[in-house]
Amino acid sequence: MTPINSKQQFTYARRNFWSGILFGLGLVAFLDEMVFHQLLGWHHFYDKSTTEIGLLSDGLFHAFSWFATVGSLFMVADLRRRDAWWKKRWTGAVLIGLGFFNLYDGLVQHKLMRIHQIRYDTNNLLMYDIAWNVIAVVFLLAGIWIVHQTRKRLIESSL
Amino acid sequence: MTHQPIPLATELLLAFPFMAAFIIYITALAVSMKKDRDWPVYRTLFWSAGILLCLIPVAGPLAQLAHMDFRYHMTGHLLLGMLGPLLMVLGAPVKLLLRALPAAKAKTLTGILRSGTLAVLSNPAVTAGLNLGGLWVLYTTDLFRLMHESMLLHILIHLHIFLAGYLFTVSMIYIDPIPHRRSYVYRSIILIAALAAHGILSKYLYAYPPAGVPRDEAETGGMLMYYGGDAVDVVIVIILCWHWYRSTKPKTRNERTTYVSG
Repeated sequence: MTPINSKQQFTYARRNFWSGILFGLGLVAFLDEMVFHQLLGWHHFYDKSTTEIGLLSDGLFHAFSWFATVGSLFMVADLRRRDAWWKKRWTGAVLIGLGFFNLYDGLVQHKLMRIHQIRYDTNNLLMYDIAWNVIAVVFLLAGIWIVHQTRKRLIESSL
Repeated sequence: MTHQPIPLATELLLAFPFMAAFIIYITALAVSMKKDRDWPVYRTLFWSAGILLCLIPVAGPLAQLAHMDFRYHMTGHLLLGMLGPLLMVLGAPVKLLLRALPAAKAKTLTGILRSGTLAVLSNPAVTAGLNLGGLWVLYTTDLFRLMHESMLLHILIHLHIFLAGYLFTVSMIYIDPIPHRRSYVYRSIILIAALAAHGILSKYLYAYPPAGVPRDEAETGGMLMYYGGDAVDVVIVIILCWHWYRSTKPKTRNERTTYVSG
């Protein structure tokens, strides 16, 4: 139960964390596009009520997550070749990235900026919104908890 | 919109630079081989495929269709402004030319590459501005309608789309020798900004068709631009990240061991 961490993992703790965050952001954006836009067809490409700031926010996030998916995996490759990939910390960070993006998407982009709604052919959009954001919060908290555990190990190691 | 078909002269005029570029490349390849210098086959294939993809939207049936229908226009835009230039950049034409030219001429070419003009023209912020700025002006002003009426504008705009796309790609991924190099972080930030501007413009076109473009054509065109742009840009992203990965390689195994135990 207590895996031994290599010194390299501690040295590259930050790169592990940020690589995980970036991959989480990229993964969730990819799943959003694949599942909700393409497979289920719930999300619309464009909604007439989208605000200008919404269009900007969506464009920036989309571009950033597209880049982040590729970039973060190259970071993992780099960590692995240095024997520095800290899987637990990385996974925790992925969950934080996933939860954060979904929460931002669910509250700010869907509701405030009205980019598009989760689903159009329903009378009970509120339930979809609640489910969406609760799942996001669960991911976020789980990620924070896991990263916090690895942080303790990191602090112990520097004593 | 009903338009006159594109005259043959215009098609030939736009096709000429690409034909010339192909002939120059093959000549340089022959000279370089004579000097007993190897050149990877895949580079020649990239260059040839890039030239072909650029020719399709400027001459022949697709060029004519693109003149009438926004969906074909957008397909042409993706080929001439993104995929074609990317493949041509992967052909590393400057590297080949430097090998083929006699020493004195090669020196002149290096001098040109080092010049202040090219320092500006290889700055990602400038090339992204030329590329995306050009597209925003084309699709959100009257220019798009005027392009269908004036053959001169037609020629200039198509040349601009290609050149801006080529310079943009060159400024992002360093395949050819490039004296004015920018950091990975800087190039990444500009690339993300450019990708975002491209995506936003696609959605904008979907919602607000350019003057004279029917709604359904604008919607399909906008989505083509959005997903097609992503598909081409991800190749640039992968190459950029791969170059970063190569450049941060830990020096040797010995050094690393010393570092860990020290």
